[in-house]
Amino acid sequence: MFDLIVLSVFNGLIYGLLLFMLSSGLTLIFSMMGVLNFAHASVYMAGAYFAYSLTPYLGFWGALIAAPFLAGLVGAAVERFGLRHVHGHGHVAELLFTFGLAYLIEEFVHLVWGRNPLDQRPPPLLDFPLFTFAGIDFPAFKVFMIVVALGMFVALWLILTRTRIGLIVQAALTHPHTVGNLGHDVPTVFTLVFATGSALAGLAGVMGGIHLVTNPGMAQALGPIVFVVIVVGGLGSLAGALIASILIGLLQTFAIAVDASLADFLRLFGLQVTRATPGWEVWSITLAQIGPMLPYLLLVLMLMLRPRGLLGSRDS
Amino acid sequence: MSARPSLLEVEELHAFYGKSHILQGVSFRVEEGEIVSLLGRNGAGRSTTVKAIMGEVPPQGRIRFKGRDIAGLPPHRIARLGLGYVPENRDIFPGLTVRQNLELGIKDPRRQGRWTVADMFKLFPNLEARADVPGGVLSGGEQQMLTMCRTLMGDPALVMIDEPTEGLAPLVVEQVARLLDEIARRGVAILLVEQKLTIALRISRRLYVMGHGRVVFEGTPASLRADPALRREWLEV
Ligand SMILES: Nc1ncnc2c1ncn2[C@@H]1O[C@H](COP(=O)(O)OP(=O)(O)OP(=O)(O)O)[C@@H](O)[C@H]1O
Ligand SMILES: [Mg+2]
Repeated sequence: MFDLIVLSVFNGLIYGLLLFMLSSGLTLIFSMMGVLNFAHASVYMAGAYFAYSLTPYLGFWGALIAAPFLAGLVGAAVERFGLRHVHGHGHVAELLFTFGLAYLIEEFVHLVWGRNPLDQRPPPLLDFPLFTFAGIDFPAFKVFMIVVALGMFVALWLILTRTRIGLIVQAALTHPHTVGNLGHDVPTVFTLVFATGSALAGLAGVMGGIHLVTNPGMAQALGPIVFVVIVVGGLGSLAGALIASILIGLLQTFAIAVDASLADFLRLFGLQVTRATPGWEVWSITLAQIGPMLPYLLLVLMLMLRPRGLLGSRDS
Repeated sequence: MSARPSLLEVEELHAFYGKSHILQGVSFRVEEGEIVSLLGRNGAGRSTTVKAIMGEVPPQGRIRFKGRDIAGLPPHRIARLGLGYVPENRDIFPGLTVRQNLELGIKDPRRQGRWTVADMFKLFPNLEARADVPGGVLSGGEQQMLTMCRTLMGDPALVMIDEPTEGLAPLVVEQVARLLDEIARRGVAILLVEQKLTIALRISRRLYVMGHGRVVFEGTPASLRADPALRREWLEV
């Protein structure tokens, strides 16, 4: 039992931090543009594929830097040459633009890398169990992922709150016109934030592509959950994104680990629920089965009860 | 009239919101270091005029600042030429501290301008006492001071201030007036958008009155005082 809990916490944490690496950039972009960027998870996927193709030439460590950099360039180009022009036609146009872009990237991946999953291994330097606890091996690569994600949070936090450019970004998230009137080049700030968010998604992709599997369904698998994270965490809030990511990560891994149903629960109170009981189909659903539903349940409840999210400063 | 071009020259300025033709050929000028007021009733088009100059509303017509054509430039480029703008909604950054709000007014931290954070705190000890609290918790009057000070931190040669005294208590209105005096004393020109005459008549060198998207009067405080019919038609409610 104890080892199951330890394992679930560890896996939940890794999954949550992977979500955070995606949602940190997205929440800033969302807050700035006022619309969801549907292509964000596709940039994460692109990061994984970039790393796959670059690793033979640069090695893992080279790819760990080059792939996010490429993803950042893609993000900057998308903002500068695409979104900025669509912006004048309103939010619906922007939304549809990012929607189309997500499919474009996916088709591009199909064309270049094919539809089959690609195997990526952790680098030899990180391919060993770092330590054993409660009878469970903790692979060095997974611990590395945790360190990188937390390091990213600290770095972003310091930049946003301690540097001048960070202050300008913070102010521009909510008051872009005022910041422009004070003489700051808000369009360039937007490009910078978009590029940084995309690079972070690319970084998540490099690690997600190894931790999970590099495949064309990667974006679809994580994209919707990342939206849940930024709504639950609160628009534009980095700390909110971190808390919501870990919350949802833990929620999902624990749900999957618990193979109990409502029927089991009722049995604890001496109520006999069997196949013959009316509504058996409902009573017999296990928590593991509804696990994938939980983030969306949280999303719906959050929007109804607290639309600005856990730590959001303004209504979405 | 001097032979030199004015600091700000607006000629035949037109502006639209959708299909409605809001500014219908506005012309006026502001010289170096001069205090000029733009008066008029609600809806006369005063805010739209300053927004069009700043590039927040697309302008049509000629706008020259320091001899350069600025119509069509993005707001941050216009601001960097030395044109400051204090909008009517007291748009402080509520989540940032008072000090951070002031620091964001600085365009280039390597250049020492006419104003420092210390100057602002000396002028408004209230702000110094609250330097490290979020701007959002300040009173309306303090927020007004903060927005004006923030714009001044960018060291403008001309500052356009939209209704700085609206909704403020008489004592706070006096503080605003003192800051306007201080701005003028340091050689910064002011384009003051107002509805009430009290401060405008006292500090302006020249005044313009707007009505229905046009300038309907141009003159000095003395000539406006001497024209009750005009005041009745375009200013008094
Ligand atoms: N965003 C907008 N969309 C459509 N019409 C607008 C908009 N803003 C202002 N107007 C209209 O433009 C006209 C001029 O407005 P403006 O804000 O310039 O007036 P003002 O002289 O500043 O008066 P006040 O600030 O007291 O309302 C008004 O008739 C107003 O209804
Ligand atoms: Mg107005």
